[in-house]
Amino acid sequence: MNRPAALRPNAVGLTKSDYGGRPSTLCKGCGHNAVANQIVQVAFELGLRPHEIVKLSGIGCSSKSPAYFLGSSHGFNALHGRMPSIATGALTANHHMRGLGVSGDGDSGSIGLGQFKHLMRRNLRMVYLVENNGVYGLTKGQFSPTAEDGLALKYAGTNPFPPVDLCTEALVGGCGFVARAFAGDAKQLRELLKAALSHRGTAVIDIVSPCVAFNNDDGSQKSYGYGRANEVPLEDIGWIPAQEDIVLDDHEPGETRIVELHDGSRLALSKVEHSYDPSSRTRAFERLQQAEARGEVLTGLIYFDSSRPSLSEVQALGDTPLALLPPDKLRPSREALERVLQRY
Amino acid sequence: MAVVHPASPRPTRSDGRRVADFSISVGTANGTGSQTANLTLLRSIFNMGVPVHGKNVFPSNIQGLPTWFHIRASAAGWVARQEPEIAVAFNPATLHEDAASLPPGGVLVLNGDLRGAPERDDVITYVVPVAELMNDVEVKGKVKDFLINMTYLGVVAQLLGIPLDIVHRSLDQQFGGRRKLVDTNLPVVEASWRWAEANLEKIDPFVIEPMDATSDLMLITGNDAAALGTVFGGVSFAAWYPITPSTSVIDALESHLAALRTDADGTPYYSVVQAEDELAAIGMVLGAGWAGARSMTATSGPGLSLMAEFTGLGYFAEVPTVIWDIQRVGPSTGLPTRTGQGDIAFAYGLGHGDGKHPIFLPASVEECFAFGWQALDLAERAQTPVLVLSDLDLGMNTWMAERFAYPDREMDRGKLLRGDQVPDDYGRYRDVDGDGIAPRTFPGDPNPAAAWFARGTGHDPNAVYSERPEHWYENTQRLSHKFDTIRGLMPDPIVDLVGQADVGVICIGTTIYATEEARFRLAHRDLGFSLMRLRGLPIDDAVRDFVARHERVLVVEMNRDGQLCGILRAELPDLAYRLHSLAYLDGLPYTADQVERWLAPHLEPDPATTPWENA
Repeated sequence: MNRPAALRPNAVGLTKSDYGGRPSTLCKGCGHNAVANQIVQVAFELGLRPHEIVKLSGIGCSSKSPAYFLGSSHGFNALHGRMPSIATGALTANHHMRGLGVSGDGDSGSIGLGQFKHLMRRNLRMVYLVENNGVYGLTKGQFSPTAEDGLALKYAGTNPFPPVDLCTEALVGGCGFVARAFAGDAKQLRELLKAALSHRGTAVIDIVSPCVAFNNDDGSQKSYGYGRANEVPLEDIGWIPAQEDIVLDDHEPGETRIVELHDGSRLALSKVEHSYDPSSRTRAFERLQQAEARGEVLTGLIYFDSSRPSLSEVQALGDTPLALLPPDKLRPSREALERVLQRY
Repeated sequence: MAVVHPASPRPTRSDGRRVADFSISVGTANGTGSQTANLTLLRSIFNMGVPVHGKNVFPSNIQGLPTWFHIRASAAGWVARQEPEIAVAFNPATLHEDAASLPPGGVLVLNGDLRGAPERDDVITYVVPVAELMNDVEVKGKVKDFLINMTYLGVVAQLLGIPLDIVHRSLDQQFGGRRKLVDTNLPVVEASWRWAEANLEKIDPFVIEPMDATSDLMLITGNDAAALGTVFGGVSFAAWYPITPSTSVIDALESHLAALRTDADGTPYYSVVQAEDELAAIGMVLGAGWAGARSMTATSGPGLSLMAEFTGLGYFAEVPTVIWDIQRVGPSTGLPTRTGQGDIAFAYGLGHGDGKHPIFLPASVEECFAFGWQALDLAERAQTPVLVLSDLDLGMNTWMAERFAYPDREMDRGKLLRGDQVPDDYGRYRDVDGDGIAPRTFPGDPNPAAAWFARGTGHDPNAVYSERPEHWYENTQRLSHKFDTIRGLMPDPIVDLVGQADVGVICIGTTIYATEEARFRLAHRDLGFSLMRLRGLPIDDAVRDFVARHERVLVVEMNRDGQLCGILRAELPDLAYRLHSLAYLDGLPYTADQVERWLAPHLEPDPATTPWENA
């Protein structure tokens, strides 16, 4: 079996191309394409069954991208900022499925901020990616709510308002998996994606994903140049499947923190910052504030807590998804109606 | 609704008594617990075998503002609102208003403890010594305040001739058999009834005598019936945001689902989510409908406004769900606790761009139940959002009803392809049957050919993004063709033709009750007309035929601009000149007097003026 890597099947007998989608219509070099490519790679490596994934998105450049990966998964391109509500209904109707949502900074930070926060509260089991470039692309270059204070853009002038930090918002909302990544750092993004897919509830990854058309000058915090120069990883991340032993490399054991994920897989966090503890919500707030003040692109797993049950766990739904209940379970009997009507 | 047809418009006895043919208005302050007394009085009349209906005319307020409860007893079975002949005045703020509202010969039942009681020589006044009757009551505080209402219950029941044991039984039913509550309230009712028997000389003509017109009937609100119908339609998922007057739909839904959709081990197989707003509620039910769960939401005008964009997406992406709109009076906050039919035009085309939605138009609690399950069937058959337009009057008030009929057909989940049934070249929007409805697949299907991407952007028959003009044109034409298929799936209108009548009247919803009563009276004036009650949109040929066979068709509806009339004119352009609007809205349900007054000029054989110009 000496086939080229692209043709080699994974654990569920699928090749990498089985996880592909339609050709991207985004700009060449757009960070979002890099993210889509990593999703394909991760899904292949994990041996995901595409039909067990629901792809979701809102409106914007980012939200087009679910068409570019997992072509044999069902997907729903919802309304601007309202992916969370479609996701909540779909993943409650079939709670065995995993949601993989792609949103943008305008989608989640402006019109969708309400739905974003309430999704965090409900802890729906889904991966929520924000492809964050600080700018509205399809409408040609207006500031998004995550644009930093003082950012100067050709179309929009100078931004006089402070940014919305979606990691902070996720934390406030009660999210138990808060991470930030940089589209230019493929390895870290892959490991975070794998861990997010193993999380019990909502996992947010805010991905700095530069807009090559409207926001890629090195002075902008959402540009490739700035990201490369100012990325501060909290830790080196290694995701380990449930069935594999943990093999630590390059780091002393004391430097590595093992985080157990809900499906039995583990995350090895080899600390870059010695004092950082992703299980402390207070510390996470503090570190995010610090990063903002310093102009750092802080990446890695910022906060992790898997103690809170997901929405379907709170609702204690039975094994059969609501969508697959047989007719006799859906409609109560004639006798049941008679019994109810006796009360009136 | 069960309507007994009387022999004459107003049956009066030779002895001058008015037997089971009058209206009562009870005026209290909101939040004083008067609802129990009012509903027990209603139930007592019902338990006497007499047809009865109650309407709550209440303020948007938790405590303190005036509230009225109207009870109409009618041996003939009429249930439209009727100006009261008996006023129970227990609210100091409205004493004068309540007394002034009475016709000469009316009855005022007055809380004797209230100062400044009005005097009217032409009405009969009974004064209830509330404090005296409450003397032996040991409880204190709020409960004592609540119990004050039991005094008028006892006094009015006695005055009307309702035996104490009937009142007792009704109180039991009202409290659902909760002993402690009955034991607290009953002594006050009893003491008041006996006080009235011993101290009041009955000099008014209004009485209830036993009948046998209600033994097969029950009492229920439209919202409760809607919830029950939805449960028997197999709903699995509901999302909502609280709003008057639709909240009680979901309250009832949750309680019925808990009772009927929970496994023996306590595991629920349903889900109800209280959303953060209506924008999210509609998104959630569309998400669930898309993923294969029968879903619904309930709202009212302001919420419906917020659901517009998503409903348009549901139409275009072809996703089933059911939206109950319990109409109130708008725009904006409007009159949140009053009734209307002002959402019809907005609901019919809800969303931007091209789009049309099937609408069920229930008029009775029986139809709330039936349309509850039928709307879920239609949503999945037609793969589109379906609306049900009820209103506050139907939804929140207590109506007599025949026992609901169990669904007479199997659940219709529409065109579905699963697993091996999905062809390799499956295209989500390919009209393989020629009826505009293409088979769908659910997420989670292991067949890779089953997957498709739902979206609001232009798409080809395979659900792939497309901006090609022919794809847009053909797709929206197919959607229009699908809407024509839906015409044949809506409930038929109820039509009652009068042989030679050249006037026809079209009604929707609860306006039928005042219209039927007015029609009965007008028939006694030899002013006959044909009547049709629409039960759904879009219309089919039955409506065209009705309009075509009458020279003038008057559309009676509860809004300002004649929204339904406008829709019918647009759907029947060649007959539009025959359609005339009789639209009126002030927040209250119509009385027969009103409708009789509006219709009569149009029916006069030789009108002095062109009547419809006055409409």
